[in-house]
Amino acid sequence: MTHEGSDGLIVNAEVRRGGFMLAVSLAAAPGQVVAMLGPNGAGKSTLLSAVAGLTPISAGRITLAGQVMDDASTGAFVESAGRPVGFVFQNYRLFPHLNVADNVAFSPRARGMGRQAATSAAGHWLDRLGLTDLADRKPGQLSGGQAQRVALARALAGQPALLLLDEPLSALDAGTRLDVRTELKRHLAEFAGPCLLVTHDPLEALVLADRLLVLEDGRIVQEGTPADVARRPGTEYVAKLVGLNLYAGRADGPGVTLTGGGSLVIPDRGQHGDVLVAVRPSAVVVSSQRPLASSARNAWPARVVGLTLLADRVRLFLQGQPSALVDVTPAAVAELSLGPGSQVWLTVKATDLEVYTHADSTPV
Amino acid sequence: MVTPAAPSHLTARERARRAARGGASRSVPAPLLVPALIAVGFLVLPLAGLLIRAPWSSLGAALSGSDATQALVLSLWTASATTVISLVIGVPLAWVLARSSFPGQRLLRALVTLPLVLPPVVGGVALLLAFGRTGFVGRYLDSWFGLTIPFTSIAVVMAETFVAMPFLIITVEGALRSADQGFEEAAATLGAKRMTVFRRVTVPMVAPSLGAGAVLCWARALGEFGATITFAGSFPGQTETMPIAVYYALENDPDAAIALSLVLLIVSVVVLVSLRGRWLRGGIAP
Repeated sequence: MTHEGSDGLIVNAEVRRGGFMLAVSLAAAPGQVVAMLGPNGAGKSTLLSAVAGLTPISAGRITLAGQVMDDASTGAFVESAGRPVGFVFQNYRLFPHLNVADNVAFSPRARGMGRQAATSAAGHWLDRLGLTDLADRKPGQLSGGQAQRVALARALAGQPALLLLDEPLSALDAGTRLDVRTELKRHLAEFAGPCLLVTHDPLEALVLADRLLVLEDGRIVQEGTPADVARRPGTEYVAKLVGLNLYAGRADGPGVTLTGGGSLVIPDRGQHGDVLVAVRPSAVVVSSQRPLASSARNAWPARVVGLTLLADRVRLFLQGQPSALVDVTPAAVAELSLGPGSQVWLTVKATDLEVYTHADSTPV
Repeated sequence: MVTPAAPSHLTARERARRAARGGASRSVPAPLLVPALIAVGFLVLPLAGLLIRAPWSSLGAALSGSDATQALVLSLWTASATTVISLVIGVPLAWVLARSSFPGQRLLRALVTLPLVLPPVVGGVALLLAFGRTGFVGRYLDSWFGLTIPFTSIAVVMAETFVAMPFLIITVEGALRSADQGFEEAAATLGAKRMTVFRRVTVPMVAPSLGAGAVLCWARALGEFGATITFAGSFPGQTETMPIAVYYALENDPDAAIALSLVLLIVSVVVLVSLRGRWLRGGIAP
């Protein structure tokens, strides 16, 4: 493989499918795990299809290790079978008529190895993923976690230069997901090429990815390290995923006038113009009456519209200027006798507000 | 207010069955039961007639007295040859119809299924006009290669293939259409070229339908009469298959006709039963 220009995967492409359009540009360096996070229907799977050559792009270019895979302007196109990719599909798509060993040997065989060489190559991967004992089983006889490992082994056995994973853990139950995720992270770390993963599960993306892209309605709305994205969500959707309150507004020194109504006092760092303000639900304090004296700079009335129990806390849905999600202890709910309709006061310290501009959340 | 119905009686056996398998009453309502029984009678009575009227004592004589063995052997090998030919050329056609797109595809599909509805005699006439000694193809086969097809065993196989192959094609095409193409995509991303995908993924995954289609094709070929007698005639040992032998025997020697029919019936049942477990589990057509 020649390494002319940039290595890794570079996508600058549009894909039109009926009325839907996906327009993304992204790069994934060798050894890097890039996760694409987005709601269902955002175009995540379409992106993987385009990279794998299952869906041609309608504009732009996809290159892998400096080689053109698809270029809509010149018409250059490498068929799926000719692309050095390993694709782990959402429901794995293990061949039901082949046993585990033959599934894993499929790619080496298809790429021209003899039967014996392919069998031994498959044996190597079965061993590496701890599947040797399952070699004779049919896919129908595997548990979800085992099938996931077989799918990964099958993809890796073809010695791909790029790994694609479509919702790798979504078909698993919550119990096995944790184990498989830890194991998957280890295997992804050992993979030398770039890896592109799509998911709608933020935790999966945060744990597995080196770099995170958020896709909404066919466009990348935010990009950054998982920590950045979790701390400074760029959109309502991301804020909801990572469990933060997010307000858009206009800053003028120490004050922010919120677009949705209300205002907040923020630490004065001389900001002016459009900003985003993120607040952790646990940073907001709930009182039954207006606090008379408090160090918190922000206080406003709100009405409880809903409550749900989250593990050891209760999440309150509050309507006010602005509305907020607030986490309190079950004991607090009892003491303040909170229920739908209760009138309360919310306070939050200015220093607990994360204030940033939209440009900070999405580096250009 | 709805009042509960008066209790009926539930036998201990019925109680146990419902408890084990679940479900409510399984009794068949009379408006369904009566027509169903009529249908059973209609299908079973003729076969019973065959068994009742069979000359059991002189069965051996009736069979050996005719060209039965010859006809049976001819029928079996021509039907088998038809099935093999249909698999070799029909399955690729089914794939082309299901998986590719080209102008005139709908017309082609209609043409392929035409023999299913065409009276077989018409098929025989058509074959004669094409491949007969003066037919527009047969003429050249005759003058260039000295090859005469009509009224030979080859003609029997051709007539049977013309009538029976569409059964295989539509069965396999239906299976290909309803098969999950995700597996073929997966195979492509694993580096498999189109032909490898066909051989290692597509065919194994439609194997049950392939088997069902082959059985249908074989059975249809075994029973073929109209196209065969028109295009191939009825020369004992050459072109006289079992159905044709039955037809002629019925005129001069009814006992032999019944004996031959019994043999065909037994062969059909044996084949159906022996293949049932393997191939027909999911029903004939998907």
